[in-house]
Amino acid sequence: MNLLLNIAVDGIAYGMILFMIAVGLSVTMGLMRVVNLAHGGFALIGGALAHWLGAGLGLPFGLALLLAVAGTIVIAMPLERLVYRRIYGFGELQQVLATIGLTFLMIASVNLLLGSSLLAIPLPEALSRSVDLGFRQLTAHRAAVIAVGALVILGLWALLDRTRFGIRLRAAVDNRDTASALGIDTGRIYMLTFALGAGLAALGGILGAELLPIDAYYPLRYMVLFLIVVAIGGLGSILGSFVAALAIGLIETASRYLVPDMATITFFGIVILFLALRPRGLMGRA
Amino acid sequence: MAVRFLPPLLMLLAAVAAYFLFPYNLAFLTRIVIMVVLVLSLDLVLGFAGIATLGQAAMYGAGAYAAGLFAIHVWADPVAGLVAGALAGAVLAALSGAVLMRTQGLTLIMLTIAVAQICAEIANRARGVTGGADGLRGIRPGKVLGVWEFDFIGITGYWYALAVMLLVFAVLAILGRSPFGLSLRGIHESPARMEAIGVSVYRRRLAAYTLGGGIAGIAGALTAQITQLVSLETFSFSLSAEALIMLILGGTGRLYGAVLGTVIFMAVHHVAAANDPFNWLFVIGALVLAVVFFLPAGIAHLPTSLKRLSKGGRHAGS
Amino acid sequence: MQGLEVRGLSKRFGGLVVSENIDFDLPPGARKALIGPNGAGKSTFANLVTGILSPSGGTIRFDGQDVAGLNEAQRVKRGIAKTFQITTLFPRLTVRENLRLPVLEREGQGTRMFRRASGNAEIEAEVTALIDQFDLGPLADRPVLDLAYGQQRLVEMALSLALKPRLLILDEPAAGVPSSETHLIIEAIERLPDDLAVLVIEHDMDLVFRVARSIVVLVQGRILTEGTPEEIANNAQVRELYLGGAHG
Repeated sequence: MNLLLNIAVDGIAYGMILFMIAVGLSVTMGLMRVVNLAHGGFALIGGALAHWLGAGLGLPFGLALLLAVAGTIVIAMPLERLVYRRIYGFGELQQVLATIGLTFLMIASVNLLLGSSLLAIPLPEALSRSVDLGFRQLTAHRAAVIAVGALVILGLWALLDRTRFGIRLRAAVDNRDTASALGIDTGRIYMLTFALGAGLAALGGILGAELLPIDAYYPLRYMVLFLIVVAIGGLGSILGSFVAALAIGLIETASRYLVPDMATITFFGIVILFLALRPRGLMGRA
Repeated sequence: MAVRFLPPLLMLLAAVAAYFLFPYNLAFLTRIVIMVVLVLSLDLVLGFAGIATLGQAAMYGAGAYAAGLFAIHVWADPVAGLVAGALAGAVLAALSGAVLMRTQGLTLIMLTIAVAQICAEIANRARGVTGGADGLRGIRPGKVLGVWEFDFIGITGYWYALAVMLLVFAVLAILGRSPFGLSLRGIHESPARMEAIGVSVYRRRLAAYTLGGGIAGIAGALTAQITQLVSLETFSFSLSAEALIMLILGGTGRLYGAVLGTVIFMAVHHVAAANDPFNWLFVIGALVLAVVFFLPAGIAHLPTSLKRLSKGGRHAGS
Repeated sequence: MQGLEVRGLSKRFGGLVVSENIDFDLPPGARKALIGPNGAGKSTFANLVTGILSPSGGTIRFDGQDVAGLNEAQRVKRGIAKTFQITTLFPRLTVRENLRLPVLEREGQGTRMFRRASGNAEIEAEVTALIDQFDLGPLADRPVLDLAYGQQRLVEMALSLALKPRLLILDEPAAGVPSSETHLIIEAIERLPDDLAVLVIEHDMDLVFRVARSIVVLVQGRILTEGTPEEIANNAQVRELYLGGAHG
């Protein structure tokens, strides 16, 4: 019973992190049809900034988090304009290459400025404590991650369902050409969406640093993990990414608890089997 | 007719010249030659058939471990080891390809990376067989064709690798002009039309992927025999990515593009990475972006691109 | 009977009926056109016959055999071919290579690895004959993407003809072709083999009346009428449909 609870809590927290990092990737891939292997780089940039601001400059965690997310967005926007916008029309292979190149540059930059060792992000006292749920102890950090993840999905839902931006974004994902024909400024939507995705990745990277430790090689190490969330969720589907991220979080956590020696192989086996049966993922469109 | 034999002839001349010009860098030259074999395998899969993969290292690693284990436990003969490596690579490609070739785009790319990661994980866990993170040691290959023994300086290794590379090049050159090769180019250009012609695109791509896997396995087997060590790095994502970069740098679908790209990349790497692997990442990142934006068709297509440009052609560089 | 026999064919997408109870015959040597307003189900009908879509009801027989259970590739082997409404060629291959591919595949040579693709004299002779038939000689060794659009439409037709079909469906063969080049398409259709059954789906009425000996009018998934070009031209319902359509 206790084991199952552990798996559930850790798995859901892990899934929330994966969701925050990968949702932007899914939406940008669905919207711009760009194969973006550099997305994990924004989680790295967020984590590195938070490390520098928190551990280096000694800012309190909350402030460091906000500034790091904002800083990542500030870096992402010109990147979208200068690099990504040029490759939207390219072939799949050119996009793969360009974003690998970008990933390498991100890794090299972080290493140059902060070194190649682990970039720890000090947690405030409040988050390292345990919360007593009566039947079980739960670290405040896990609880906070789950809460923030829930807020993010609610926020995204409100944004997409209730705002003009959301309606335009959904129109553009469904059909780019129609959207531009209707006079929707797709260029602006691309940039805002990209920035939002990068910001969420930074948030996920910082909050998830305990589970997915930050160092310069972060974007390469977890590239497949983030891509799996997108592939299983189905390109462009926020709800799909959410369900996929939670499922992946639970499956990976469960296999680490239950079959520690075979965890990676079990996990990949399940993923491949699923994609063999449903190549377009949970909510993918034809 | 004579023009067709010019590139391979130049290639052979360059290889012989390199042997005499850099007698103290034979190990490095041999690494280039082996890498050419891997990149050639990628050219078949990606350049000819248009299968976007970032996991060619999976078959390379499988070939390396298979050849290493074969030499240790079965028979030390190098040529037999190459066959073992080729079989391992082909079998892995056929098994994984049976699923992978049903997918496309992002899912395909992601799964190719995942397959290589799974292989690395299996090799890591099966420590008793593979040596795990310490690598597979104790490979003592016998004499090549029973005549040439592997020496310390790497003379035999160089000529052996070169001979295998030229053979692979020749086979792929023949394959490229064959009906099979033409059909792969057809699939690359328009899968929908190939189906309308009555071809099972899935089966044809699986065949190409399996063949490419066999050749990647040969490259892996060469590494195992010549360095007498196989590490988990043979499965690494970086290797797959670098092979892809070399191919695009040189130009896809033309075999000598694979050769050219590999030589240039490895030479730049040799100079730049000597200092610091992280600074090397700056170089390679910038190089890749430069190729994508300024030389999308690769160096091998440069003459064509220039010719089209000077004629005012509409499709220069595409 | 030989050729295509379609009986009671229907196709529904969910609740939407796009083909309803269609009876259709196309004997060898026929030159039929299928016309009708946008959304009448012309392309759906072509896709049902070639096997890209599977019918909701009815039978499709070709040369006396039921082909409804066969997929696209299998129907190609039985002799049913179509051209694409949107040009679908191998852009960076030359015209000759574009035509060599279907001939090689038809002859079951497509998986040969250690023989030159251009090494078979019989196949080369056939490819050359196709090139000549469509007047593509001077362009034979140019990549298809260098050709003018009208010429690409000719390659499109030649590619399907290279499969030696006994039934050829031309899906809007003149779509996108400037009117100054339409005559090239018409001449090419007129030169198709006499025993080949040809079905043309087309909006360009000039072309339809030039090449078709019989015209079928499809409206909202049903056959409205069938007749000679003269009968169709004088049919009040059809005139209403085409002329009246301009007002409503």
